Amino acid sequence: MSLLSIHDLHVTAEGKHILKGVSLDIQPGEVHAIMGPNGSGKSTLARALSGHPGYAVTSGRVLFNGEDLLDMDPDERARKGVFMAFQYPVEIPGVNNAYFLKAALNAVRKERGLDDLDAIDFMAVVKEKARLLEMDDSMLQRSVNEGFSGGEKKRNEIFHMAVLEPTLGILDETDSGLDIDALRIVSHGVNTLRREDRSFIVVTHYQRLLNYIVPDFVHVLSEGCVVRSGGCELALELEEKGYGWIEAGEARA
Amino acid sequence: MSTATLDERQAPYLAELDRFLRGRGDAAPARVRTLREQGLARFQSMGFPSTRDEAWRFTNVQALTSTPFRLGDGVPTNPMPLVQRVALPGAVRLVLLNGRFAPELSDLSAVPTGLKVGSLATALAQGAPECSHLGEAPMDAHPFAALNTAFLEDGALIAIRKGAVIDTPIHIVVITGGTGKTMVHPRVLLVAGEASQATVSLTLLTSAGEAHYTNLVTEAVIGEQAHIECVLDQRGTEGAFLTSNLHVSVARQGTFRLRTVTLGGRIVRNDASALLAGEGAHVDFDGVYLVDGSGLVDNHTTIDHATPHCTSHELYKGILDGKARAVFNGRIIVRLDAQKTDAKQTNRALLLSNDATINSNPQLEIFADDVKCTHGAAVGQLDDEALFYLRARGLTEQAARDLLIHAYAGEVLGRISVPGLRQQLERELFRQLERDLAEHTQAGAVPAAGATVDQE
Repeated sequence: MSLLSIHDLHVTAEGKHILKGVSLDIQPGEVHAIMGPNGSGKSTLARALSGHPGYAVTSGRVLFNGEDLLDMDPDERARKGVFMAFQYPVEIPGVNNAYFLKAALNAVRKERGLDDLDAIDFMAVVKEKARLLEMDDSMLQRSVNEGFSGGEKKRNEIFHMAVLEPTLGILDETDSGLDIDALRIVSHGVNTLRREDRSFIVVTHYQRLLNYIVPDFVHVLSEGCVVRSGGCELALELEEKGYGWIEAGEARA
Repeated sequence: MSTATLDERQAPYLAELDRFLRGRGDAAPARVRTLREQGLARFQSMGFPSTRDEAWRFTNVQALTSTPFRLGDGVPTNPMPLVQRVALPGAVRLVLLNGRFAPELSDLSAVPTGLKVGSLATALAQGAPECSHLGEAPMDAHPFAALNTAFLEDGALIAIRKGAVIDTPIHIVVITGGTGKTMVHPRVLLVAGEASQATVSLTLLTSAGEAHYTNLVTEAVIGEQAHIECVLDQRGTEGAFLTSNLHVSVARQGTFRLRTVTLGGRIVRNDASALLAGEGAHVDFDGVYLVDGSGLVDNHTTIDHATPHCTSHELYKGILDGKARAVFNGRIIVRLDAQKTDAKQTNRALLLSNDATINSNPQLEIFADDVKCTHGAAVGQLDDEALFYLRARGLTEQAARDLLIHAYAGEVLGRISVPGLRQQLERELFRQLERDLAEHTQAGAVPAAGATVDQE
């Protein structure tokens, strides 16, 4: 059974019809890259899958582990194992990063039938994952994303993902705004999390990220539709030729 | 203020005062009798305020003034559980039961050297030197303060000796209740000697059942280089009325930090005023309040920068639900000589319903030219993007809302340095929020955007 099965998905945001019939099948353990020019609907796909209230699904079906994903609240999706790494992580003053993460982890654990972790066990988990992302302890004790640099925010997203151990990780332009060092750290974090029972959707504008996180499949979105699908060599082709050739007619070929 | 002719709303109060004075008037020291007469004269000339008075424009006290309260002669049937509910571990505790010192509920067994805590009536009768400060605070403009003085009898005296650093929390518990509609007029006098340090918490409770009225006056005199934190913790029942007048004067290099926490009451009016009387003095006025149903919480602050190099910081944060109303009026006076003043005032409100209203009014009167004064006000709902972010990590909507409200209130609650009290107040805040959310669910109402905002 597919881990995620998207069938003819239509999504509108702010009254605009953005996704116009996207279909995608993701098997356990696969990494799928979603590429495409600005405005093609890449991030809309990511946000609709995470249940963002600003994105309305007007038709189509999404099954996650055989269950109707669209029928679930955003928090239920998260507890069932969908993780969204935000393109723009929100700063939340006054909410301690570690405290929040503990609440999130225990919510996820409850769904999996596991007991709450106490503070000591939680810190043990967190310290290990923080090392993976080369995160300073102080970032755990600060307010969520408050005053974090762009790179720190993205590292914090992947760190959350590492702690919550989802079965589907959705990375929404995680590479945007990262310098090469941060990109390496973030990619290493994601690669360490790759497992045969865990899949990823990597949304990106640029091929650069895919040098580090090598996808099994690449899909190109244009004007709300998947216009090309292929292996990781498709990313290189896009890098070389840009998106112009797709928009110019390759899609119709 | 209203015209000098006796407004008929005063009559029941004056009758009650008459009964009070006939009952035990002559026994009081001459100084107390003089103060009472002055209080009465001021109350009679001012009358109760109406919404025509600038300082009461958004606060209609009709529901209070038209209630025939009786002076609290009776006592709540079983006050001990109330006291135990709020008791702070390791604290020196003085309980005022219907305005009078209640030794059986108090715990003064561990009063440290350098601290004096006791009944104000006793201190007055014994002619304690600190009592000379009583009645010094300029509260002429407040009819309720005048009413309190007219009924002056007992309360608490807290005196901290020069140089004494008191680590033991000082806890004054004011309980109002009994059969019938009860009013009390307790008085708190806090005198902090030079270079002393202490934390004083005033917890105001009312017993359930009838509507009760607590009319508190607090006078604080902070000596040079003294550091005093004062928590005004207001936990009246839903029907309770509360007026609080606090005046503090701060001498050179002294610091006074006030945290006002309001978690209940039908009408709550807090007047807090500070006189920065010596160079380098500092005050913090912070407040956090939760108001729901058709409740009203009004915070009026006045900070008088009378000398140079003084600093004042104000941060008030409200959480409004249901048809609640709130008022914030922040007056800052910078006198001609008060150069290098640094005054900062912030007022925020979180509206959880469409029908809640806040009136916010900064009032800056600056006569010096080399000063820094800033004020800001913000009114809004919970941040949708933050809510979504938290939910997208697995927190339920309610857990996410709670976390955000906790963080919002925590900015003020976190400044309370007595851990036991801070935890109590956090728990109490959430107990009330849960009740509110349950009410929403029953009524089918959805907290949403678009509530009324009046910003001047």
